[in-house]
Amino acid sequence: MLKILKYSFFDLIRSRWSIIYFFFYFVTGMVLLYLSNDVSKAVASLMNVTFILTPLIGTIFGVMNFYNSREFIELLLAQPVPRKNIFLGMFLGISTSLSLSLFLGMGLPFLIFGTFGSDQIMSLVFLLISGIFLTFIFTALAFYIALVNENRLKGFGLAILIWLFMAFIYDGVFLLLLIFLQEYPIEKFAIAMSLFNPVDLSRILIMLKLDISALMGYTGAVFNKFFGNNSGMLISIAALIIWSAVPVFLILKKSAKKDF
Amino acid sequence: MSGLFAGTINVRQDWPCNSIKSAADLASPFDTVYVHPGRYVEYDIVIDKPLHIIGIDRPVIDGDHKSEIITVKSDSVLIKGFRIRNVGFSFTKDWAGIKIDNKDHCTIEDNEILDSYFGIYLKKSDHSVIRNNYLKSKAENEVNSGNGIHLWYCENIRIENNRIHGHRDGIYFEFVEHSKIIGNLSEGNIRYGLHFMFSNHDDYIGNTFKNNGTGVAVMFSDHINMKKNHFVDNWGTTNYGLLFKEIYDGELSENIFENNTTAIFADGSNRIKIINNEFRGNGWAMNIFSSCMDNEIAYNNFISNTFDLTTNGKRNNNNFHDNFWDQYTGYDLDKDGVGDVPYRPVRLFSYLIGRIPESIILLRSFFIDMINIAEKVAPVLTPQSLTDERPRMKLIVYDRNKGD
Amino acid sequence: MIEIKGIEKKFGSLEVLKGFDLSLSRGKITAVLGPNGSGKTTLIKSILGLVVPTVGEIRFQGQTIFNDWKYRKEVGYLPQIARFPENLKVKELFKLIEDIREAQGNPEGLIHSFGLEDFLNKKLRFLSGGTRQKVNLVLTFMFDCPLYILDEPTSGLDPIALIRLKDLIKEKKNKGITFLVTTHIMSLVEEISDELIFLLEGQVYFKGTYVEMLNAEKEENLERAIANILEKEHAKDS
Repeated sequence: MLKILKYSFFDLIRSRWSIIYFFFYFVTGMVLLYLSNDVSKAVASLMNVTFILTPLIGTIFGVMNFYNSREFIELLLAQPVPRKNIFLGMFLGISTSLSLSLFLGMGLPFLIFGTFGSDQIMSLVFLLISGIFLTFIFTALAFYIALVNENRLKGFGLAILIWLFMAFIYDGVFLLLLIFLQEYPIEKFAIAMSLFNPVDLSRILIMLKLDISALMGYTGAVFNKFFGNNSGMLISIAALIIWSAVPVFLILKKSAKKDF
Repeated sequence: MSGLFAGTINVRQDWPCNSIKSAADLASPFDTVYVHPGRYVEYDIVIDKPLHIIGIDRPVIDGDHKSEIITVKSDSVLIKGFRIRNVGFSFTKDWAGIKIDNKDHCTIEDNEILDSYFGIYLKKSDHSVIRNNYLKSKAENEVNSGNGIHLWYCENIRIENNRIHGHRDGIYFEFVEHSKIIGNLSEGNIRYGLHFMFSNHDDYIGNTFKNNGTGVAVMFSDHINMKKNHFVDNWGTTNYGLLFKEIYDGELSENIFENNTTAIFADGSNRIKIINNEFRGNGWAMNIFSSCMDNEIAYNNFISNTFDLTTNGKRNNNNFHDNFWDQYTGYDLDKDGVGDVPYRPVRLFSYLIGRIPESIILLRSFFIDMINIAEKVAPVLTPQSLTDERPRMKLIVYDRNKGD
Repeated sequence: MIEIKGIEKKFGSLEVLKGFDLSLSRGKITAVLGPNGSGKTTLIKSILGLVVPTVGEIRFQGQTIFNDWKYRKEVGYLPQIARFPENLKVKELFKLIEDIREAQGNPEGLIHSFGLEDFLNKKLRFLSGGTRQKVNLVLTFMFDCPLYILDEPTSGLDPIALIRLKDLIKEKKNKGITFLVTTHIMSLVEEISDELIFLLEGQVYFKGTYVEMLNAEKEENLERAIANILEKEHAKDS
């Protein structure tokens, strides 16, 4: 598995898309830090970009990479290696190379500006962690969708739809539900809703760092109490791990039975 | 008073005159009583003649939780240099560490008042000074606790450089006129750091209000001058940096509001000038109810607040101009330092949170950003007239060190 | 070398292999022929473990291949379409497959005979189809295996490379290596195969030598023989 991971990783990291992806974050980070000169403001702006773009890029790379490697996958399958090593290796190769672009692209500007000593740097650390989680989750989802759908157009469409749903539509539905159910105590419901969407969950982890003052008021305190303490943090991280693990499990299950 | 006729009385634990009470009985008016180091278990000490009572090396007066400790019933009393502790608690009487009852020109200076019910209590006193004291208590709820410095029907009082912790209200003013509160620190008080009720023409300048229920509450008062104070970390559900309720004609200038859940909450308050303040890292910089009129909010800096402004209605009768809003995204083509398009500080989402508090969980969501933009373009739910027509492009710089 | 018993494969309602037995003997070159959709590719993929048969059994050197992957150490496979990770260099690809197979390959002679020396440091995305097929061939033959499965080995090859390939196959055959080949080039079948299998609609229609096939259909060459079979089938259906 490590061998396939290694080659898949190096194949991708040398593609110009990885480099463009890296530079996008790098330039955005530099510009934001230069303009605001304030870590939390830069993180807040980066957050908006990251939570849309990271899942999208994970989705596109996951689907495209799978469909473009179909023939090579067949060649690999004919080699003396267990199937699960091939798919796990490819998935990890894509997601680690994307994560590396994200990590360096976003981390370097903060290093260059020498902001690592700042109190607010934890919000960047959280942003990087959740960005990497989102990369793994959406790459895995896309990979699974591509595995199930022979039809490229259908697979691609479905993967994009899932991205659109998680990044955008889900929050709209969430808000509508909050409006309809406003007569009832809905804090627990809201917490549950956010656990079911990795994008929301990541957003909340950053929000706890950036908007702590606002969260101390009104109902915010309930959310802060849940997500802000250690057990809530563990639950959130556990939820993100489950979100990453389930599609990987599905990939392994599907690939074990699939005919190529 | 002249030192010429003044005698001296010493109080020591190993001397015949071993209590403050007996010294106060023995002393003649204008004498000075020196209290030497030690622990004096005494309460209900009444000072009914003009005396200077001075502790040497901070002797302790321990009230043993029985009653009030010192009651001043004379003008021109000085109490200085004590550690006064364990004031009694009563549901019916406002027992204090030091109470001045109906007398003027007293000075309470450089004392530590620990575990009190009320700390320093001025009742119908004029021209008194409370200076350089340290008050610390362990208030747990509003019913069983008293205020640090409590003034009732007073005039021309000066409260300066005190540090007040763990009371109900740090400083409490009721029917207090022409008084000044300067350079105090009020921290960790469970209700308000400073509380005005029916008090007019007072100043508070250069104080720090940190981590109280609410930093300062100004209620039913007018002509309060609020300047160069620091409101910080006043966190909680109904907690504010500064609360205005039915107040008129005040001025709030050059203050810093930092990391409060709501920096300023105003209800029914009119003709207040809010000028040259800085709002940084607050949940809500301002929550101004539509019952407020003719206030001027100008030349303030709004930086890194989750929400700059929220309100509860669709009307706006206040004047916002020339503020710096870091969330302003407009442009300045004519380079005059003023944005060419007006800024709308009220976002749809803050209105939404007012209606459905739980929706705060969607803060910073992409979806919410989109509906905020939509509302900005075509206001439906937020007050259309609430704009800053002259948003500044750069931080407003003013000299905080210049004199008053 | 390979024993296939009662193999059936359905893709949904589509029955691709309809249950037949087949055995490949050691040291022979067997050509699998048949029209499109007759099940050639599915048969090959079943042997390689890419497709799992619905019913039936496949044994390689006496052992079942199901839920096993180690037997593929003994199998060299040449896929029909030569597409590889775009950003890898040719020599990195060789290294990759060596790594994956955990075996030392001998690509040098092959690189020389297919004239790939100049391409070793090129990225695969810059290679033409013919060159990629040569890379594909090196990748297959650089490992010594007792069985090679070649899927349309000649596609895109120039005449010189084609001659080199035929020589290579013959040379290996003389060493007792077994081959399973699918191709549309009848001359290749005629030239190299010891045995041919004709698949039709998921069944083995014919199995025997080239000469036997011509005799059975009373034709002079393989193309006509095959056309003959297909026409008969057509007549039966209508």
